Amino acid sequence: MAKLILSMDGLVLKEIPLTKERTTIGRKPHNDIQIDNLAVSGEHAVIVTILNDSFLEDLGSTNGTVVNGNPIKKHFLQNNDVVELGKYKLKFVGEPAAAVGAEKADFEKTMVLRPAAMKAAAEQAKAMTGGAPQAAPHAAGAARVTASQHAAVSATAAGIADKDPRPAPAPAPAARPAQPLGAIQLLSGNNAGKELELSKPLTTLGKPGVGVAVLTRRPQGYFITHVEGAGRPAVNGQQIGAAPHALKDHDVIELAGVKMEFFLKA
Amino acid sequence: MDLTQTLEIASCTDPGMVRSHNEDSVAADAANGLVVLADGMGGYNAGEVASGMATTVIVTEMQQVLASARPYDVDPRTSQEIAARLLREQVLKANSSIYQAAQSQAQYAGMGTTLVVCLFYDNRVLVAHLGDSRVYVLRDGKFKQVTRDHSLLQEQIDSGLITLEQAKNAQHKNLVTRALGIDPSVEPEMHEYRTKPGDIYLLCSDGLCDMVDDDDIGMALQALGGNLKLCAQQLVQMANDNGGRDNVSVILVRVLREYPAARGVMAKVFAWLK
Repeated sequence: MAKLILSMDGLVLKEIPLTKERTTIGRKPHNDIQIDNLAVSGEHAVIVTILNDSFLEDLGSTNGTVVNGNPIKKHFLQNNDVVELGKYKLKFVGEPAAAVGAEKADFEKTMVLRPAAMKAAAEQAKAMTGGAPQAAPHAAGAARVTASQHAAVSATAAGIADKDPRPAPAPAPAARPAQPLGAIQLLSGNNAGKELELSKPLTTLGKPGVGVAVLTRRPQGYFITHVEGAGRPAVNGQQIGAAPHALKDHDVIELAGVKMEFFLKA
Repeated sequence: MDLTQTLEIASCTDPGMVRSHNEDSVAADAANGLVVLADGMGGYNAGEVASGMATTVIVTEMQQVLASARPYDVDPRTSQEIAARLLREQVLKANSSIYQAAQSQAQYAGMGTTLVVCLFYDNRVLVAHLGDSRVYVLRDGKFKQVTRDHSLLQEQIDSGLITLEQAKNAQHKNLVTRALGIDPSVEPEMHEYRTKPGDIYLLCSDGLCDMVDDDDIGMALQALGGNLKLCAQQLVQMANDNGGRDNVSVILVRVLREYPAARGVMAKVFAWLK
């Protein structure tokens, strides 16, 4: 369960778990999080929580809502975001990884949000909040999900994905083993001596029409596969078949008359 | 018109690294220029049943209709081509068969499936889709997504709630807003595009695009476009190497040459003589 930590001048005042679909923040007493300070509007902002994603939305407050130093209208809350309201600070803490796991295998199962169910839930949400139309679809989404009790995901998983330098397809491959980088060096032909790093998942070699092979980078290592053309590549003098052929350090590849050496960089 | 010599088609489907069942289903009918991909959902084996029904019903029904009509025939009442109407009717047929099976048999309750169908005719492709299975195209070295998902995530992106970058890390990618077989009626999204010889169309389930970056998919298509079968296997392998959390299915279609409709009187005579 994600939560907010309310503090002023570095002093922690309160922890607020985000249990509801809509958590309202404002000066007036009917808010879920009441902050009695004149810099805070009567109805200042709202946090809409869908599954484990929380969205912060400013409700047209006089002094605005600031997240990590930037004024926002709408914001997708990330772990450790700091929301500033006047002198008060609200720190957003996502769900810890330990709480997840059990249901994880199921969370990617495709489910339908039925328009009818969405409408009903949206109307309900509208009735409850006295009409905040833009928030309704989210409330509907949340309603549907609570109903099916699916899905639990770690905010930390998203954290890992953020650190990945490549825009990794999230959910990020949990533990891609550190894999030595491979390269090939041309041994013959016009460009003899030239080196080519195999950092991409796929590298093609050869000429279309004559013989094309592809070198694939996989967690298990590097493989060479014949793609098209009559000239099949040979590895260490042996022509390869249709199946991918695993490459070992210092294997010599011959393709369309050009020899090259495959090697792993330290 | 028989398109077997015009379209090169390869497909591959795999349960992935985590799931025991494969709830995806693919089907192709090269002669009629039809390819169908469905990603089923529902408990136990209901997902497989739903996606299997979708592909089978659409392919067999389309075969029957196309035996006596051509997609580019003009309907005298609406003076529009019949392709879109025909395809929509078959999709609705599949929808009601799945919906009725789900209603009448307890073990199939609530089953449904995403759907993406491409019908190639007259130098064009008609794309119909529901849910988060996609169509991409590689043309002149550029790789583009053709369909827009019917998903909560896509709606949030459209409404500006989250950016594409945030969407990659979002945690409710699995919620689709339209699907086949869930309600008694459904409206598939349909669009028509011109094709060009050399185009490669990729139909895939979310098991591919959730696990592999679009850039990497495009790279694979470009690098291995010369060997579609290998390319399809490579895409599935890339998804599995990245974790393979879901079933992965791909269909690749390459347009080999122009295939304009035979419209003139002489052409009809020739077609009839064949």
